[in-house]
Amino acid sequence: MTAPDQRGLSCRQLTKSFGARPVLKSVDLSLRPGSVLGLVGENGAGKSTLNMIIAGVIKPSEGHMILDGVPYAPASPSDAQHRGVALIHQEIRLLSGLTVAENIFLGRLPVRNGRLDRKRMEREAQETLDVLGVHVDARRTVSGLSMAVQQGIEIAKAIIRKPKYIIFDEPTASLGQAEAELVLTQIRELKAQGTGIIYVSHRLDEIRHIADSVMCLRDGELVANWETGPVATQDIINAMVGRDFTFEHHAPPPSGERVALKVNGLSRAGAFQGISFEVAKGEILGFAGLIGSGRTEVARVIAGADRLDSGEIRVDDMPLKYDSPRGAIDAGIFMVPEDRKGQGLHLNRTAGENIALPWEKKLRRFGMIMRAGIDKLAGIQKQRFDIRGDLTQPAGRMSGGNQQKVLIAKWLVENPKILIIDEPTRGVDVGAKMAIYEIIRKLAADGIAVIVISSELEEVLGLSHRVLVMSEGRQRGILSRAEATPANIMSLAVGA
Amino acid sequence: MTSQPYGVDNVAAKQTPSVELPTSNASRSLAILGRLPGPLIGLIAIVIVLSFSSPYFLTVQNLMNIFSQVSDIGIMAIGAALVIFTGGIDLSVGAALSVSLMTGAWLNHDHGVPFAIGVIAGLLVGAFVGFINGVLSNYARIQPFVATLATMSACSGIALFLTNGHPITGFPAWYGALTETRVFGVFPLDAIICIALFFVAAFWLQFRPSGRAVYAVGGNEEVARLSGINVQHVRVGVYVIAGFLAALAGIISGSRLDAAIPTAGQASLLNVIAVVVIGGASLAGGSGTMLNTFIGLLIIGVLNNGMALLDVSPNLQPVVIGITIVLAVLTDRRARF
Repeated sequence: MTAPDQRGLSCRQLTKSFGARPVLKSVDLSLRPGSVLGLVGENGAGKSTLNMIIAGVIKPSEGHMILDGVPYAPASPSDAQHRGVALIHQEIRLLSGLTVAENIFLGRLPVRNGRLDRKRMEREAQETLDVLGVHVDARRTVSGLSMAVQQGIEIAKAIIRKPKYIIFDEPTASLGQAEAELVLTQIRELKAQGTGIIYVSHRLDEIRHIADSVMCLRDGELVANWETGPVATQDIINAMVGRDFTFEHHAPPPSGERVALKVNGLSRAGAFQGISFEVAKGEILGFAGLIGSGRTEVARVIAGADRLDSGEIRVDDMPLKYDSPRGAIDAGIFMVPEDRKGQGLHLNRTAGENIALPWEKKLRRFGMIMRAGIDKLAGIQKQRFDIRGDLTQPAGRMSGGNQQKVLIAKWLVENPKILIIDEPTRGVDVGAKMAIYEIIRKLAADGIAVIVISSELEEVLGLSHRVLVMSEGRQRGILSRAEATPANIMSLAVGA
Repeated sequence: MTSQPYGVDNVAAKQTPSVELPTSNASRSLAILGRLPGPLIGLIAIVIVLSFSSPYFLTVQNLMNIFSQVSDIGIMAIGAALVIFTGGIDLSVGAALSVSLMTGAWLNHDHGVPFAIGVIAGLLVGAFVGFINGVLSNYARIQPFVATLATMSACSGIALFLTNGHPITGFPAWYGALTETRVFGVFPLDAIICIALFFVAAFWLQFRPSGRAVYAVGGNEEVARLSGINVQHVRVGVYVIAGFLAALAGIISGSRLDAAIPTAGQASLLNVIAVVVIGGASLAGGSGTMLNTFIGLLIIGVLNNGMALLDVSPNLQPVVIGITIVLAVLTDRRARF
């Protein structure tokens, strides 16, 4: 038996290079059972590489690992799982047509007398879900479950194999604050049972609440390591970016009284009802609320992406009717959608082609779209929005932060009257975040009416002049900047 | 690449720039070879092998024959490729060919309509079949495979029903000239039409907003829609083009045989899909080019011609086509990763 002091995962001088480029430089890590190690860093800092090495997805160029006193060099993810190390991916990848229990047991379905032991499978799945506090019937299909519940199922799927160490890679990236809290509760439960956990997140308040120790990577190097106790968020941020960070990017108060967008009694069956508000030129209106509260759905209707059932939309005091995104675009309402991969960008086309897509008709010369025209437009937008990287490369090869800048640049070739921007900094590192806030602030200062939707409360508070709070498809109130404290917003958002 | 999609974006971003710059002449020419489209390398290899195997293969006469033999398949493949680029599939192109050809001939033969009018009516029938495909798959939301399977069945039935299965012969002399004319005494007219259409399609896809929208829709429909593209117009449009071009191919095949046969298009469907797939287009949509589709067409044409020259049993020829499809897809995948 191993001595108690040998238990734990320890990595020594892990180094990884792709070609000649080092992405991880001699990083040490130690993780004790029953503790949570917070791992932070900007996108591209090397967090994913470190995790993939530990989980057996890739092999280190140099360095070694010791697991519970025994050398550990996993040949594959399944090898790592046999040794008790599991990785929970950021993206949810459940098969929506199968039941919850089938998903949890996928690849290791229990068999009795040559047949699937459905009873045992469903019982054990239900037990695991109950322990985690995920309220869902193991016998129903995954299709239609909320993101939070699906994330809970992913966790159940990992712990059914009883791993001793689990890596969580941004498990809350696509969740709202209340849903994220559920995941954190599940992690605390695992920790209490003696599991060692590596927790990766861009949300630093989560790290502060849950981590026993924190390590910070920058450019593949370990730049800070706090061994004990809660760490001040500002310290972590400064370590990540190597400079000071702030959410505060207040635009000047809107000058005139001219209303750019006014909506009255908007309703869409099954999504929201009775939404009425107005946004002035130069004003930033924040939308707050939990995921599923109807924020995004309201935005999609105003942007023409979904059909409106009843209500009125007025732009510059003119009533408008449209039933396609094209109609909204022609009316001067542009939307930067929340989901870069699914709605925002063609990842296999070049960044320049992505930027040009909505403007192709205007780019024509003698009826033709020339490569030179696209390149010229891309060059202008690259300058304006400080996009790093080659815009003639496929957009999918860029970092998350640059992809987001490309997406914003795509919609700001011409200035809109009204810009709706949904989750402007999802999956974006701290440095790019500040740049994006600055872009939004300047747009408002230039007199554009902006609607910002975000799951990050600090972001909404840092940008908005006023905040509209939604819950369960209804508008709960519009708060001025003075009234909009986190406590006030949350109490409206949970419908209290 | 590992089979794990975990963090693919990050890893891909880190790995791709690490491609070393070519240092020697040999590796530089290898790099140029690597940049050639995969199908083109395959075509060159086949041509080299065949020119050594048969003395007749590399003669002007034979090469022109090859072009002429595949001109109808090529014209259909343009339309089928456009549909596939948007992420759809059109199984009805062969049947659309039959029904449009038979309609034109039947109007002329049984109803005394002038033949030229019959030809135009046939083209309209083809476009209409495409329109039905587009409406069924976009507005009625039937999967394209199923919708075009249904129209394929219906169209082949109508083609037979019109003349009770009998072929029609006896057309004006100018109709036969369509496939017999050799421009400058060398180039087959139908092949020139086919190549010209490939150029038009390639130009459209590259330079016109409506053509570029084909890739936008195939790559990601929602991204395209939110960018202000009318996705359903694009989708219906490509089916109409596919139907129209199938009818045009029917005119050429009727001219070549000097007969309108109700089952004329039956065998062409698999060849047409094979041309597009060998050309490297993904059935998932969003990728593929007219140049590569044309190379795919030449591969099919050269293979069929070469096998005939080498006296390969006609029954074995589809086997070779099957193997070619698999090889083409495998090498294409290697090139992409």
